[in-house]
Amino acid sequence: MKCRMKVLALVMVQLAAVMSFSLPSCLAEETYKIGGLFSVTGPTSFLGDPEKKSLQMAIDEINAKGGIDGRKLEAVIRDTEGMPDKAVLGANELISNEKVLAIIGPSLTQTTLPLVPLAESNKVPLISCAAGIEITEPVKPYVFKTAQNDVLAVATIYDHMKKNNIKKVGILTVENSFGESGKKQLMSQAAQFGIEVVQAESFGGKDTDMTAQLTKIRAAKPDAIIAWGTNPGPAVVARNAQQLNIKTPLYQSHGVASPKFIELAQDAAEGIFLPTGKILVADQLPDSDPQKPVLKSYIEQFEKEFKMPVSGFGGYAYDAMHMLAKAMKGTGGDREKIRANLEKIAGHVGISGTFNFSPTDHNGLSQDAFVMVQIKDGKWKLLGD
Amino acid sequence: MQELLQYLFSGLTSGAIYAVIALGFTMLYNATGLINFAQGEFVMLGALSLVSLWKGFELPLAVAFAGSVAGVAAVGILMERLAIGSVRKPHPIVLVIITVGASILFRGVAMMIWGKDAHSVGTFSKHAPIEIGGAVLLPQSVWILVIVLLVVACLQFFYRKTLTGKAMEACAISKKAAALLGIGTERMTLLAFAVSAAMGALGGILIAPITMSSYDMGTMLGLKGFCAAMLGGLGTSWGAVLGGLLLGVLESLGVGFVSSSLKDAIAFLLLLLILYMRPSGILGKRAVHRF
Repeated sequence: MKCRMKVLALVMVQLAAVMSFSLPSCLAEETYKIGGLFSVTGPTSFLGDPEKKSLQMAIDEINAKGGIDGRKLEAVIRDTEGMPDKAVLGANELISNEKVLAIIGPSLTQTTLPLVPLAESNKVPLISCAAGIEITEPVKPYVFKTAQNDVLAVATIYDHMKKNNIKKVGILTVENSFGESGKKQLMSQAAQFGIEVVQAESFGGKDTDMTAQLTKIRAAKPDAIIAWGTNPGPAVVARNAQQLNIKTPLYQSHGVASPKFIELAQDAAEGIFLPTGKILVADQLPDSDPQKPVLKSYIEQFEKEFKMPVSGFGGYAYDAMHMLAKAMKGTGGDREKIRANLEKIAGHVGISGTFNFSPTDHNGLSQDAFVMVQIKDGKWKLLGD
Repeated sequence: MQELLQYLFSGLTSGAIYAVIALGFTMLYNATGLINFAQGEFVMLGALSLVSLWKGFELPLAVAFAGSVAGVAAVGILMERLAIGSVRKPHPIVLVIITVGASILFRGVAMMIWGKDAHSVGTFSKHAPIEIGGAVLLPQSVWILVIVLLVVACLQFFYRKTLTGKAMEACAISKKAAALLGIGTERMTLLAFAVSAAMGALGGILIAPITMSSYDMGTMLGLKGFCAAMLGGLGTSWGAVLGGLLLGVLESLGVGFVSSSLKDAIAFLLLLLILYMRPSGILGKRAVHRF
């Protein structure tokens, strides 16, 4: 009997302890919850990891300034591992269980697209960090995105080619949604710039050798070759082109705009042209560029906080959070008002460019979001106009 | 003409890699009658070990080469001891499923050790590419072809001239009879696992300098190697080499004369056709039943 009393007392003490611990989380109802969905692990973690860190950084900044209308923000982050099914699971959880005000992410086009109907039917604003144009075109009321469109990247490349008198190109694209979207844009925009695509080839994301494709392209005698993919494929293309002694200029997409590409391609990266957001060459920007101070403060803070070099991708989540914060002011957490405010954002100078959202444009960036760079001595060199 | 030659060179290079992987399959199949679906993972382990030893620890190439091969062979032995040898009722299908499981385990462990990013290393020798009739032959391709031919010659010698090789073949023909004759069948299985793992590692080491190595590279390479082994005739060393080279050349000709997006489809379609006409592979012995 005595023994049982003792057990009962112990249980009571433990219960009390549990309750006292859970008290603060009751108070936390006062915070605004923001959902984050990124490829934190998996093959595309190079996107999701800096995005997650940047989101946290933006939220800390906003909270340090007193939050929004006196209420603090709280990030609830789920990992999609780059897989569409995990993205849907995560989004459902964020919407139904966590009751987040808005979702930032996911990192990829293929993980964003299945969430579009979810965001629309639950009326939760979704600000994607993926590049695919089909996310915001046609415009869906609740879906926005902060990453630059492929359209702009292709236009930047063709613009540079036109200035350098390149008339015929061979293209080599990866067989996934990033490559398909790039190929579509490369084909459709070529005529506007007086460029002809003389040979279009593709490669599998895990292929180990692209010399056959490059040989076929070389036989068509283009003035330049454009490779479109994300690592490691494009690095193999660069190496194979060097091995085959191909002298025609090689252009790559913004998908490889990270130091990893130079590390993988080694000296084969030398001389390659690519479009990129301004973050890679922030130091080389002229002082007149409105993005320069924003970029510098972001880079400094990121590198100080996480002790790792900044990547070009975290900015998508950083921009998304800061614009969301602007839109949340004075709404009292009403999702419809937040959505309407997002559409009114104009002249927001962010990491990826200057955003001007409107009811007909949910990406809000223009071609000045991209600059052309060339790889020289293993470093990015900004090319002037 | 120049293009055709280039396609052939490209095809022979990747074909030689498929051939080494196919040799690994063949070797193990000969000794144990088992198809090891973790063979591709041995390739990945070999490539990544080389990256670590050669580039990471800056060991001389020869040491890194030998170290990687020995390391992966040890993994093969460990796999046999822990996962295959300890099975109480070694039904073939059970063992095959175990190898599939082992491949997933290897992939996971490699992801933890080497991370999710791809890695690259330089070529074995710093010679300039060799130009033949306008087409470029890479020094690394020459290395690969020479090493593959050497390996096959060694294997032939091993099977034909050494007692251990003959004992291994005896095990394959009938395990029971071999045991009755005093051959340590367990030791033979172990040796077969070690050599086939080493063969996989060799494939990985050879391919690392011409491409990128990452934890998930093994699956597709393993599959291609398996196809090459089937194509040439499972169980014959020359068949594995022929199958590998044929598959590589078919792939690159497919890119050149049809379409790069249909590359794998063309190669596999031809594989189906050949197997339809010759179910035991090009050099395979016709309908030999061992059980």
